Amino acid sequence: MERLEQEVVVNNIHGLHARPAAIFVQIANKFDSAVKIERDGEVVDGKSIIAVLSLGIAKGTKIRLILEGNDAKEAASELRKFLEGEGG
Amino acid sequence: MVRLKGIAASVGIAFGKAYCLDRDEFFIPKRKISYEEISREIYRLEEALIATRKEIVNLQQKISGELGFSEAKIFEAHLLVLEDRVLIEDVIQQIKKRVNVEYAFSQSIKKYIDTLVNIDDEYLKERAADIRDIGKRVLRKLLKKELPQIYDIKEKVVVVAHDLSPAETAVLPKDKIVGFITDIGGSTSHTAILARNLSIPAIVGVEVATQYIKGGESIILDGAEGIVIVNPTERTIKAYQKKFTQIRRATKIIAAPRKLKSQTLDGRKLIVSANIELPEELPLLENFGAEGVGLYRTEYIFLGKSQLPSEEDQFKAYTNVARKVKPHSVIIRTMDIGGDKFLSRPEVPQEFAPFLGWRAIRFCLARPDIFKVQLRAILRASVDKNIKIMFPMISGVDELRRAKMVLEECKKELKKEGKSFDENISVGVMIEVPSAALTADILAKECDFFSIGTNDLIQYSLAVDRANEKVAYLYEPAHPGVLRLIRDVIYVAHSNGIWVGMCGEMAGEALFAFLLVGMGLDEFSMPPPRVPIVKRLINKIKFSEARKIVDPVLNLSTPKEVVRYLNNALKEALKDDFYSIMRG
Repeated sequence: MERLEQEVVVNNIHGLHARPAAIFVQIANKFDSAVKIERDGEVVDGKSIIAVLSLGIAKGTKIRLILEGNDAKEAASELRKFLEGEGG
Repeated sequence: MVRLKGIAASVGIAFGKAYCLDRDEFFIPKRKISYEEISREIYRLEEALIATRKEIVNLQQKISGELGFSEAKIFEAHLLVLEDRVLIEDVIQQIKKRVNVEYAFSQSIKKYIDTLVNIDDEYLKERAADIRDIGKRVLRKLLKKELPQIYDIKEKVVVVAHDLSPAETAVLPKDKIVGFITDIGGSTSHTAILARNLSIPAIVGVEVATQYIKGGESIILDGAEGIVIVNPTERTIKAYQKKFTQIRRATKIIAAPRKLKSQTLDGRKLIVSANIELPEELPLLENFGAEGVGLYRTEYIFLGKSQLPSEEDQFKAYTNVARKVKPHSVIIRTMDIGGDKFLSRPEVPQEFAPFLGWRAIRFCLARPDIFKVQLRAILRASVDKNIKIMFPMISGVDELRRAKMVLEECKKELKKEGKSFDENISVGVMIEVPSAALTADILAKECDFFSIGTNDLIQYSLAVDRANEKVAYLYEPAHPGVLRLIRDVIYVAHSNGIWVGMCGEMAGEALFAFLLVGMGLDEFSMPPPRVPIVKRLINKIKFSEARKIVDPVLNLSTPKEVVRYLNNALKEALKDDFYSIMRG
């Protein structure tokens, strides 16, 4: 079991709304590890589209990814790549 | 006369009668349940979620056919909501506190909608509409209320609604709709996006539209200005008609730069064409810069009519398309429908698996009387030599030979009657049955071109019914089995000196288009809105580079690996353009 915490600045044009949020949740669900997102002290389940949407993360927001599980490292790297990319 | 102002969502001017869609708010009972009922209520929740999922997948398929794969992706978020563990857990916790499932579910959904609405962000407010839509669907299942039927629209109408969910928009008979007006929504709402894709004028965020418009009024909608006029005077109508003609002229000028050539950086010329069905879609060809029609579905001519369309009716329809696509060409697919659509019940048994049943070329060969009428009409429309014929669902060369014999008969008849047609009309085979793909070498010797129909080829090859939610996940264009079939068909066709097109969704997906260019595909046909993206892609890649990825991709083991590989390869090839092209 591994536990990772990483600060990420969301760089997607639309932040984490709709399609990007959906893609984020889909990526998160590929991994066994628990995925949580923390913003301003609020922590939500990163595998839930509703939870992710309700954070209302706009471009440029700083969030913390909290990952726990066997594939935490891979999950962190893939989610990070997605969040920091220009895509979505 | 009343003037209303809203947000301009899709340009164009429309004239039509108002058609109001009722907004169904239903009463949700609250009831205290007994401990024994808890598990039953949870079971009902699961059932409703599964049924709704099935409904959405069906819709996704329908939209995908009409507007392309990327539009259908709008529903991805919907599907995620249905599987959302936070939401489901929340509902279950309430049920465990002995509340009935309808009430529990509506409370949970409401809670999340409120959260989203209260965030000060337009885009997120729109997303709340998605969740509301999903909520309505699930509640309908729980309360056993079905969607209202709106197929009885007979004349050209302007649809007026408080709000339109993408799903509601999808099932509307688009050929009857000239405009959309909604009370709420912004320029990024689904109604707006869909309307723009369909090139139907739309105004959203009118706020009071449903208060002033009750249905049946005469409406003018100015999509560029965001103005709705209810019961206009003669003078206003005349003024807008003038403006209408002016706008039409202007859009033609804007369309000019879209005439980008479909050529790779190293000079390989390809054709990017469009799949169409309705004559109303013809203007889209020019708007999106399609180089002709790679798949003209003729089914609409036959469906929903009390009697068979005459040769004359069909001749007119085909001539119209052939004229409009000039100087490009149109590939007309002969009718791809089941016998049950034509004949009175007793002749046709209820089929268990209609996809494997009596339809398309099988039906046509059994009923040459109906088939010949269509072939004669197509031939007669071919005088300008820009029509090609394509037979669907060919499973072996026998069927091709028989179909060609019927075609020859028609040619002979027409000659005798002194009617002119293109004597060398190209005849193609739609490759969608795996046995056809595997005997492509035999077929290639007796036809002029292939068009790979991936939607069915994938279903048949992987034995997957996309409408069945339990197996839908297996529908996978990136499956190595599918990719190998496609590669082989293209290879065999080229070694036999014929060209190959593709008229499935796959051809319009940037990721796959890249691979297909490498495999040597000659023509890419797709829903019109996808055309500009694929053209841009083709203009940014090298054929020599695309070729290099074919072997490595075909040696991968799983669809996931294929997608990952293609993503990386395309990213490398497109560099800075990758995201803008992938986003479409």
